Amino acid sequence: MTSFMPPADRIWWKVPVGKQELVWIAIALVWCIIMFLMMPLWHVYGKQNLSTEAYQTTPAKFGAKVEEMVSKYTVGKEAGIPIVAPPVGSDIYMLGRLWQWYPVLKLKKNQEYRLHLSSMDWQHGFSLQPDNINLQIVPGYDMVLKITPDKSGEYSVICNEYCGIGHHTMVGKIYVED
Amino acid sequence: MAEFRVCPDSGFYFHKSAESLMKVNAVVGVVALLIAGLLAIGVVLTRWQEVHWLPADTFYMVLTAHGINALLFWCIFFEMAILHFASSTLLRCRLATPRWGWAGFFLMLIGAVMNNVAVFSGKSSVMMTSYVPMQAEPHFYLGLILFAVGALIQVFVFFGTLVIAQQEKTYEGSVPLVTFGAITAAIIAVFTIASGAIILIPTYLWAVGYVSHIDAEMYRVIWWAMGHSSQQINVAAHVAVWYLIAGVLFGARPMSEKVSRFAFLLYIFFLQLASAHHILVDPGISAEWKIFNTSYAMYLAVLASMIHGLTVPGSIEVAQRGKGFTKGLFEWLRKAPWGNPVFSAMFISLVTFGFIGGITGVVMGTEQINLIIHNTIYVPAHFHATVVTGTTLTFMALTYLLIPVLFRKKMIFPWMAKLQPYVFGGGMTILILFMLGAGTLGVARRHWDMDFAGAAMAFEYPAIAYTLMAVGAIGGLLAIVGGIMYLTVTVGSLLFGKPLEPSAGILESFAGKPLQASAYDIEKPEKLMMAPKLEESEHSGGGFEAPGTFALAMLLLVTFVVYYFINWKYLASVWPLG
Repeated sequence: MTSFMPPADRIWWKVPVGKQELVWIAIALVWCIIMFLMMPLWHVYGKQNLSTEAYQTTPAKFGAKVEEMVSKYTVGKEAGIPIVAPPVGSDIYMLGRLWQWYPVLKLKKNQEYRLHLSSMDWQHGFSLQPDNINLQIVPGYDMVLKITPDKSGEYSVICNEYCGIGHHTMVGKIYVED
Repeated sequence: MAEFRVCPDSGFYFHKSAESLMKVNAVVGVVALLIAGLLAIGVVLTRWQEVHWLPADTFYMVLTAHGINALLFWCIFFEMAILHFASSTLLRCRLATPRWGWAGFFLMLIGAVMNNVAVFSGKSSVMMTSYVPMQAEPHFYLGLILFAVGALIQVFVFFGTLVIAQQEKTYEGSVPLVTFGAITAAIIAVFTIASGAIILIPTYLWAVGYVSHIDAEMYRVIWWAMGHSSQQINVAAHVAVWYLIAGVLFGARPMSEKVSRFAFLLYIFFLQLASAHHILVDPGISAEWKIFNTSYAMYLAVLASMIHGLTVPGSIEVAQRGKGFTKGLFEWLRKAPWGNPVFSAMFISLVTFGFIGGITGVVMGTEQINLIIHNTIYVPAHFHATVVTGTTLTFMALTYLLIPVLFRKKMIFPWMAKLQPYVFGGGMTILILFMLGAGTLGVARRHWDMDFAGAAMAFEYPAIAYTLMAVGAIGGLLAIVGGIMYLTVTVGSLLFGKPLEPSAGILESFAGKPLQASAYDIEKPEKLMMAPKLEESEHSGGGFEAPGTFALAMLLLVTFVVYYFINWKYLASVWPLG
């Protein structure tokens, strides 16, 4: 009845709060603080943190870097796309465009690489399956992540940002070898 | 001139112009819901891979229109009706500048139609987010801009009405809590619309060729200041409606005016930071910025929702215990009017919004955990728990209340209305839970084909992902049946329901026309007085007044904590990156 009537007390902000609400607010606040602290703590103790390293770029500039890597380290072809095995620890590149991830990468297990990602046209979603790591790929930005594949096998990169009619055909590969 | 009528059933006063505006906004909102619901059939039957109904181009067009009609047009039109109700009706005040109100409404209507025309032409299948540099037709953006300007005008009519109410002293003391909640929604709406203008106007100019380049990342940051904040208008509005329904049905008194209002204030201060959690895995944004903003400044807005989660059912429990339902922890809840769709819809909304929508929202909005969730179908699962079982179900509850009170019609098919919240809420909950599961397995959102037909390289989801999507789709179909039941009852009641005294005809109900002139026989409503003070004996003496609610709140907390840490564990299993 009184949620749609003016408060019973003119000075409602001076009415003492019940014990039950105070206890709940205290518990909830503590939980909120724990959740807040988990994020910086994970930066210190966790292993999955997104780097904030990024550069503005253009499709032409980024594409040239990709081609440079492809021309140096191509070891084969899959479905017409080069398979590239870059040196351990190096800067490696993958670009998204309508509708493919280019090139295919062949990496060594438990080795760190600097992965550069960008888009040649629209926005794309880098979604590494089945590990389920998901990143937003934005044209004009070169996003750099240090990755350490810790399981060997065949990984697929699907696109999970809508990018037009051929969106569902955009599948790439990353191989991780022992 | 007498311009007010009083509803003999509820005691609410209606000002002629405000009443008409409430009706048209609510009716157009429901039409948008109807469109969104019809489109949902296409979405559900296409994402159910075994059925895979629509071709890709139609699917993306349908998905775009479904999102915009449901998230923007349905919610915001209906919220305009709520704003006029919370100002003019609750404060017993004449509507400020009715002509501006109508201008705002028509602008919104023109904008909504224009945007739908652009989408259904097939050349603007850009999804609700319309991420640049993918381009829609210019009138796609122009429609949204007009809609936003119209909404802004109506919001200012709401503020104007508050000013008049205060100056003409139509009420005593402070505004009621429900109006306070509506003010919260309106303030967030101004912020939302301003952000929308900042990004959509240049994008429109880009689409017509006056601007050469829109930075894709800047677009994302600012667009989400509108895109997510518009959902915060919904949250503030539907929480206000929860309080209203608790008051109307149970005579519930807010446990503490101070606590509830403080929680709304936290929404105003912190909810807007929500745009941050859409860009957690974007390039080049600093960790500090993400941590502060995505946590809404240390989760203070989450705290606010947790407070409402206790105080809304808590106030119902206190009222029920006062009526003698005092046995055990939960007699008050067992003996609640579960057959009344106003209550059942509201309570299902409260539970699913808290347990599913709230918890998944916080989990996926955690800086690092977002890596394993971003753009998977987990995301639409989350926002169906907030916007559909949360906001939409609450607005459905309010409609059942408004059919007799505002539209002066007796509800047809009461048995159907009684079942509707369970069918809709139950179906939607199935959809949500199974989509959450599929998202955890990496199934992409906004994606036509789980089989990746035509891709140069093959990828297969695990078989269980198909099962999850199929069961979710069955839940979705059930929810669509629930939606049809809702529309049958509401539209049917307006068309064929028996008119109540003072009576209303079809035109009065549908076209926003006021009732017969004779219905408006009050020149100045009685002043709205402060709520009566509690008798000394009614005070519980500072103990736990609502122990059942407290137990439910602790259950929520335990679920929250367990689920939160499960997700950290899952995150720890993926490739290390930094």
